[in-house]
Amino acid sequence: MHDTYFLSLLVFSPLLGIGLLAFVPKTQEQTIKLLGFLATLPSLLLALFAFSQYLRGYDLSRLSEKHAWLQFGKYSFLPDSAYAIPYELTVDGFALVMIVLTALLATLAAIASIHIKKEWKGYFMLFLLLEIGMLGVFAAGNLFLFFLFFEITLVPMFFLIGKWGYFEKEKAAYSYLLYNGIGSAILLLVILILFARTGTSNIAALQDMLRGGEEASQMLAPISNDLRYGLFIALLIAFGVKLPIVPLHSWMLRVHVQAPPSIVMLHSGVLLKIGAFGLIRFGMGLFPEQFERFATFIAILGVVNLLYGAFLAFVQEDFKMVLAYSSISHMGIVLIGLGALNEAGIQGAIFQVVSHGLISALLFLLVSIMYERVQTTMLDRLGGLAKAMPLAAGFLLAGAMASLGLPGMSGFISEFTAFLGLFKTNPALAAVGTLGIIMTAVYLLRAVLNMTYGATARGVAEVADIRTVELVPVLVLIGCIVLIGVYPQLLAEPLAATIQTMMNGLGG
Amino acid sequence: MTWETLMHYKWGVMAPEFIILGVATALSLIDLFMPNRQSRRPLGWVAVAGVIVAIVSLVGLLSVDTTSILHDTFRLDAFGKAFKLLLLAGAALVLLLSLDYRPKEGMKYEGEFYYLFLTALLGAMVMTSSGDLITLFVGLELLSISSYILAGLRKTNSLSNESAMKYVINGGISTAITLFGMSYVFGLSGSTNLKKIAMQLSTLQDSGHQYVLALAFLLMLVGLSFKLASAPFHMWAPDVYQGAPTPVTAFLSVVSKTAGFVIVLRLFISIFAAALSQGNEPSSMLLSMQDYIAFLAGATMIIGNTVALKQRNVKRLFAYSSIAHAGYLLVGFASLSFVMVDSMWFYLAAYLFMNLGAFAILQTVTDQSGSEDISQFAGLYRRNPLLAIMMGVFLLSLAGIPGTAGFIGKAHIFLGAFATEPAHYVLAAVMIATTVVSYVYYFGLFTQIFFRPAAHHESFSVPIGATIVIAVCALGTLLFGIMPGWLYTFLDKFHHFSDFLR
Repeated sequence: MHDTYFLSLLVFSPLLGIGLLAFVPKTQEQTIKLLGFLATLPSLLLALFAFSQYLRGYDLSRLSEKHAWLQFGKYSFLPDSAYAIPYELTVDGFALVMIVLTALLATLAAIASIHIKKEWKGYFMLFLLLEIGMLGVFAAGNLFLFFLFFEITLVPMFFLIGKWGYFEKEKAAYSYLLYNGIGSAILLLVILILFARTGTSNIAALQDMLRGGEEASQMLAPISNDLRYGLFIALLIAFGVKLPIVPLHSWMLRVHVQAPPSIVMLHSGVLLKIGAFGLIRFGMGLFPEQFERFATFIAILGVVNLLYGAFLAFVQEDFKMVLAYSSISHMGIVLIGLGALNEAGIQGAIFQVVSHGLISALLFLLVSIMYERVQTTMLDRLGGLAKAMPLAAGFLLAGAMASLGLPGMSGFISEFTAFLGLFKTNPALAAVGTLGIIMTAVYLLRAVLNMTYGATARGVAEVADIRTVELVPVLVLIGCIVLIGVYPQLLAEPLAATIQTMMNGLGG
Repeated sequence: MTWETLMHYKWGVMAPEFIILGVATALSLIDLFMPNRQSRRPLGWVAVAGVIVAIVSLVGLLSVDTTSILHDTFRLDAFGKAFKLLLLAGAALVLLLSLDYRPKEGMKYEGEFYYLFLTALLGAMVMTSSGDLITLFVGLELLSISSYILAGLRKTNSLSNESAMKYVINGGISTAITLFGMSYVFGLSGSTNLKKIAMQLSTLQDSGHQYVLALAFLLMLVGLSFKLASAPFHMWAPDVYQGAPTPVTAFLSVVSKTAGFVIVLRLFISIFAAALSQGNEPSSMLLSMQDYIAFLAGATMIIGNTVALKQRNVKRLFAYSSIAHAGYLLVGFASLSFVMVDSMWFYLAAYLFMNLGAFAILQTVTDQSGSEDISQFAGLYRRNPLLAIMMGVFLLSLAGIPGTAGFIGKAHIFLGAFATEPAHYVLAAVMIATTVVSYVYYFGLFTQIFFRPAAHHESFSVPIGATIVIAVCALGTLLFGIMPGWLYTFLDKFHHFSDFLR
């Protein structure tokens, strides 16, 4: 393996921005915002570069890095590398797609942060720290490092919600902290049990050992079948908090409503997806047998999520709440796809992860733009938006269409393939699930039509339409959504290898 | 004993102890003959210098082979070296902190503080290196009695008096219990030397005798929990922490606690690991008592973390926090895995940095306002951003968030709990659950520091001693959190403390 620092550079390049920001006086609003935006660019450019190279057939394993970092003591009666945790970064197609998504949304969210009203310096330093955490999660080569980056996102999020959020921000921040704290605590137990019993936390090595491959003989202590089930259920709960799976979702509603919209773009666009990523990579990757046994259960959870979110979104009065429940509903589709246990299902699930990341970021960007002008997101006080802000209203409609799965947009591809998968293995359940798709159309159209048409609410008539600086991120997101919708191969190709590995693990 | 045999001993291995003893004696004499009006502050610097010289001499001894002198009552083994280093480093930082301590009513007994502090430290060091029940106990008492006086040093403050009183009474009871347990061990083995006791007890077959030995184990464990501030002898901690002068509180929570774990490890591993226990399958006495240790560990973590939720006084809050950390450390002990001593050493090192750093800031802030209410931290970020961020680092480390030494320490303890067969899942689950509970009060301090508007608006400067402590502690907390490999490479030099009874 030759030495390369490409991934390290990609993950840690926002540090440069943090360092520079430290020297800017905190009253220089424009400079700070510009610097905050620029600091997200290196990661984005590197990620796009890697992605384009990969599409041309570059072997991603050549990007892997490995350096000695930490060893919990050397013992004469253990193998040399036992209990060592190297610093290792590695990506495959799936991870790279997630990294591109993260870097893209981070840049766009940095632009959307022009609406932040106070303490820009602290805001952007935490923002960039959050970005490092998110990028690192996808690039981590071992479980320990994954957890490290996972937790790095926890602290900045607590502050970003608690300081820059809306009225009930501190309560939301605590709710976030405790739920995710419990989730990651469970995750830590799983990681350390695996580490203590195998002596390694490398994901590839663990995969091999748990499947009884060549390296299984190097395990230090046995992992019984019962223990495997225990670990798998623990993983399901840990990532279920993050995803979130009903009934572990209440924290996420608060965050969606109380956090500043630019942060919700990242939260809904990337952080929730870490739950899906973890479930696929570790739930399915490390415990394929257990996953198979639980597949129907997971699909049921998915349908529950889908329907619960859809029905509750229908009765909400606050647009942000509609979107929050919509996120829950859409994450149900990820579970449905995974529960299908076939290639189409898994592909649909991963597509949904990416697609919903883009769509929810777009919708929250529009929320931020509207809130900036009208100071509310209550549906009944937003009527007649189409007259005052025709462009914004048009984009909102486009976002809603993408979300409800209009053909030609990314949402359609993902929902279609996920359901295709489930119809093959469990048609009855899938039939129930399609009800959710209809409900999605109903609640989204209700919300959007209320806002754009209807009687013009007080204070809406005189607002200005979308500005150029706001227009750019909106167009980029819509562009991506349509691009994936029209040319899904762009995603399917890089994901093919990952999905194939998953299928091998599942014995299909 | 003739002059020749006395001179024959390698006294050099006791150099750190002699240095501390010398400085303490010198300081007490100087303090006696110094005019009352003169500032005692230089004495503090002398004490700091003394401790640093002792550290240097100890570093010089690191490469010396395991040596025992004075009929094996004093041992310089890997265990002694490693833990003495922690004690001395902690003591140096606390002394630096005490230089700037200025309570409301003034510090009348500053000179006394410095030399009593050194004698307490000496007691802890003797414990670390002793191979005999007598020296262990003398060290323990030297530490305890010095601490009692230190706690009551604010003579005109009623809280300080109360704390000293409670400390003496609780300490007396616990010492009596410990000694009672030791007397059984002496009775069963006929010796006070740890090595001989271990040899005698390993041949103990009679089930009645084994029963008495188990009783002795429990008595000693309960008695020594006083020094650890763990259940069931934790009740003194909140009152004493609150009433004692802040540097003394810092000393009790770090140096004295470390000393407590030293005696627990030294005593129980030496004596009980080889002793047989009753039952169908003969196993080690220590292993058979594992459940009791685990129970106490669990109770300590639950009590510490849940009661801490209700505290408004920061010093009381940190008292319960330190009880919780004693619980985490006991998990390391209860696991009885092969990483036990290593993981506890690392955790104590991490705890030393993060807790002393937090105490340095706590002392600075409370001295400033004269109140110890949690609201004094409100708006600290506006008044002194750098200090607020440092406090953030220490609190994150105490909460065990990755990127800090506290996380690596916790991970190592978990590793021990899972690496044994059968693994301690329940105990680990209690530990992780209570850790999440601890987020509530640590992040509660965060909301005060970063979210709340300031109670006072004037910014303030941090005195020199506290500045050094905060800088060193922040460096340690972050460095060993991000680059823990360095500390582990150092720890590997001690070969996992395998020379306990050699």
